[in-house]
Amino acid sequence: MYEKDGESYYIVDGHVHIWDGRASNHKNVHGKEFIDCFYDYHRNLSPEDVIWDYDTYTYYGAERFMKDLFAEGYVDHAIFQATLLSDFYHNGFGQTEEAFGLARQHPERLTYNHAYDPRNGEAGLEQLRRDAERFNLKGVKLYTAEWHGDSRGYKLDEPWSRRYLEECLELGITNVHVHKGPTIKPLDRDAFDVADIDKVATDYLDLNFIVEHVGLPRLEDFCWIATQESNVYGGLAVAMPFIHARPRYFAQIIGELLYWIGEDRILFGSDYALWTPKWLVEKFVDFQIPEDMPEYPAITPEQKKKILGLNAASLYGLDVPRQFRLPAASGAGV
Amino acid sequence: MTATVQTVETEILSALATVLDPELDEPVTELGFVRSVAIDDEGVEVHLRLPTSFCAPNFAYLMVADAYDALAGVPDTGRVRVLLDDHHDSDKINAGTAAGLGYVGTFGVEAEEGLDELRRTFQRKAHVAAMERCCRAVLASGAWTLEELPLLELFDLPEDRLKLALLRRREAIGLLNHSHARVLVGHDGEPVAKSDLKLWLRLAATTRVSIEGNAHFCRGLLATRYADPVGAAPVITNSRSHP
Repeated sequence: MYEKDGESYYIVDGHVHIWDGRASNHKNVHGKEFIDCFYDYHRNLSPEDVIWDYDTYTYYGAERFMKDLFAEGYVDHAIFQATLLSDFYHNGFGQTEEAFGLARQHPERLTYNHAYDPRNGEAGLEQLRRDAERFNLKGVKLYTAEWHGDSRGYKLDEPWSRRYLEECLELGITNVHVHKGPTIKPLDRDAFDVADIDKVATDYLDLNFIVEHVGLPRLEDFCWIATQESNVYGGLAVAMPFIHARPRYFAQIIGELLYWIGEDRILFGSDYALWTPKWLVEKFVDFQIPEDMPEYPAITPEQKKKILGLNAASLYGLDVPRQFRLPAASGAGV
Repeated sequence: MTATVQTVETEILSALATVLDPELDEPVTELGFVRSVAIDDEGVEVHLRLPTSFCAPNFAYLMVADAYDALAGVPDTGRVRVLLDDHHDSDKINAGTAAGLGYVGTFGVEAEEGLDELRRTFQRKAHVAAMERCCRAVLASGAWTLEELPLLELFDLPEDRLKLALLRRREAIGLLNHSHARVLVGHDGEPVAKSDLKLWLRLAATTRVSIEGNAHFCRGLLATRYADPVGAAPVITNSRSHP
């Protein structure tokens, strides 16, 4: 939780990782390229006093994770988003077992989301059923642009993908996080195109589609779709740190999102350890639309509360203590 | 020697300045993507670089191929070589472009189709953003009201860089640029209906924000990756024995 100027904020970090980008885990040169790219994101967009050294950044482990999120970062609950990248790393990039172990130790603090790939066909469906039970999945994180044999990506509305989405419904996995953001490796087609979200969101109204990185660098495509589909959400991971490096651009992003999809469907995420939540939360609570941008209305504390935690809490059924709820919602729910 | 004679360096840089990042809609020279230009008796060798090794290969390929074409159009250049550095597909793209294989030829099974549609998508977005900038400017000047905008013609726009940029983008997507052509049109040239005006302008503004923001992002990342001042000029060497 975070308090400022008499307001209390319940914080859900909707996008966190424990990764291992050390040389010992690189399967090939792409493993190094990938973590180096993350490190450049980190250095380019963080305030100078919170920039990590490279070695710490490649692997920081559970203890550092707990400290940065919960002891110092004001986070009440965080959601792991799996990033496997098995083509680049021997033991995967995101550390599944370590993250899941931690979530089991601290169920009130952590939710673990796993991944699937519909190109694994029937065997992958079986695996999904086992994973759903073992991890008690409420959500999954999908990389539609991930390489897989000859394939350079898939669309959510392809037949096999639909079968997996239907299985998610069966298994009670209601939150489908989709990486639609900065490039990993799309090739023959634009695998970050958000048009496939449009189709499946219409067909699976009981699933929530959280578009991670709010579709950047295709913000307008995302907004256009999200505005027509009530079950499409925007995850702010990667968009958040612009609040420091390019505050006017951040104002434009958040201004556009509030205009198109509204305050109830925007979710905070630090993308830890790309960035640490502490400074992002502090800066977001202090943030205001600059006065010379009259095209966007001012952001209210109520909107900030929803974005920083209440919206995600509602998607994941988290029990928000009464003092953090909004007046209108305090009578409802748990 | 007269001041009007263009040096080979400026000719080559001018040619490279016509190469745009297809997504950011800005010249690769201004984005700092041109690392070096080496001119010798044989010809010219240009090295390009990108903000991360994971920049989309299809965009990277477009820039390399466009740079190659732009330089091939400069008279007396000699042999043209364009090399992409530090990209996960550098070798593939460099070899494919040098051999003139085209995108599908370069990437083989990985490429299902050429890149024309992708390029068109971003050209259309660039047009929408340029149109929105012009509309904002005339609204801000007070000369036009929102309701009057559908009547705005190219003739009505002040002769400035916003208009020049719009004309260039219209040309790229095949729209006519006669002075009485309407400004507010879709990529098919059809005027925007009055009833759609507000929503349409709003979406156009989001498109502009998106493109401008991405350019900021890429510039920052490039500077971080190469520890350069933002917008650093390319290193140019000329070892030609003849002028």
